[in-house]
Amino acid sequence: MIDKTVANVTEALKGVEDGMTFMLGGFGLCGIPENAIAELVRLGVKDITCISNNAGVDDFGLGLLLQKHQIKKMISSYVGENDEFERQMLSGELEVELTPQGTLAEKCRAAQSGFPAFYTPAGYGTEVAEGKETREFDGKMYVLEPAFKADYSFVKAWKGDEAGNLIFKGTARNFNPCMCGAANITVAEVEELLPAGSLDPNQIHVPGIFVQRIFQGEKYEKRIEQRTVRQKA
Amino acid sequence: MLDKNGIAKRIAKEVKDGYYVNLGIGIPTLVANFVRDDISVEFQSENGVLGMGPFPFDGEEDADLINAGKQTITTLPGASFFDSVLSFAMIRGKHVHLTILGAMEVADNGDIANWKIPKKMVKGMGGAMDLVASAENIIVAMMHTNRAGKSKLLKQCTLPLTGVGCVKKIVTNLAVLEVTPNGFKLLERAPGVSVEEIEQATEGRLIVEGDIPEMNI
Repeated sequence: MIDKTVANVTEALKGVEDGMTFMLGGFGLCGIPENAIAELVRLGVKDITCISNNAGVDDFGLGLLLQKHQIKKMISSYVGENDEFERQMLSGELEVELTPQGTLAEKCRAAQSGFPAFYTPAGYGTEVAEGKETREFDGKMYVLEPAFKADYSFVKAWKGDEAGNLIFKGTARNFNPCMCGAANITVAEVEELLPAGSLDPNQIHVPGIFVQRIFQGEKYEKRIEQRTVRQKA
Repeated sequence: MLDKNGIAKRIAKEVKDGYYVNLGIGIPTLVANFVRDDISVEFQSENGVLGMGPFPFDGEEDADLINAGKQTITTLPGASFFDSVLSFAMIRGKHVHLTILGAMEVADNGDIANWKIPKKMVKGMGGAMDLVASAENIIVAMMHTNRAGKSKLLKQCTLPLTGVGCVKKIVTNLAVLEVTPNGFKLLERAPGVSVEEIEQATEGRLIVEGDIPEMNI
């Protein structure tokens, strides 16, 4: 067993510098690496590029990094829940590259899997395809999209073991698996870190080979963005 | 004229037994409430769940279980969770049978715009561009006119496009229309709405052939 454990979030984020590109898992506030984000805020790294489906809300998730003006560029598919984001973008302080959600996921997977680029039909004929190579296959048009390149991936799983194997829960899985191994260093934070051998190998979602550092997060707020319920009859 | 629930109710009739369906945010979400209970349908949410159920009861919500609108949800027997790559493999690979989504504008050649108003609203496309580029069957649910009373069914979209030539059917508060090579073909009128009213509210090419029946909902 190759031990991937690090003592804490500070050790996990060792080597993080200004100007780097980070991938961050999560969909909305679901499955985000809360501890890594808090540490990035504490470290105060600047001019960073974040690849993340969303940009958090004003006072949680990536919104915390936006508040401190640490983000130079965001690559996301949907940023509608964050007023500060919209303000920084419209004023030109923040560079934004809006990318179709499936393309965003696939650009991570391509980086993870050793593909330099791939063709997708998403965005053909729209401003997303401007300046990009297009090609016809079987009578349909496709856009060539390059793989992402990133320095660190920060992902969050439900359970993990010392070998870096990960298991996710519910829809908190989302972008986390495809970001594992898609950057130079993948840092996984988990709610519960277990000894190797504790997890059933049949149930592993991400094998530890894709993870360089793993630690148990100190606490998880797991904020709900849109609490929607029905009343019992 | 239909309200939002009426539009959802009419669209629910398009959902067939054995369909996997992706519902967008807004009116499309309401469609799930009106699908016949004697057919088997699974709802997909692109953030990573198939077999979505109703909203949870108060106190039973789970932060790790949401839909693409970030609302708390539940799952039904037979449900599954997956990552974003596999989710869009279902969509891009045409395994999802029907996509129902909202729009700001639709053109009579099937172009759709629903993600951006330059310099005003910049929220992003989310999964909409992937959905419209691949789905075989796309139904748009929207009001026929915008708040200013201007038609949303146009000769040409004025807003940045989400996809080209992809919309097949549109259900509005006034009508059901099919996109054909010659424009919007009027299929049904909403209860109490005349063909003239629909003509007035439609800027794009409108094809009216014979008697147009009133919707049966």
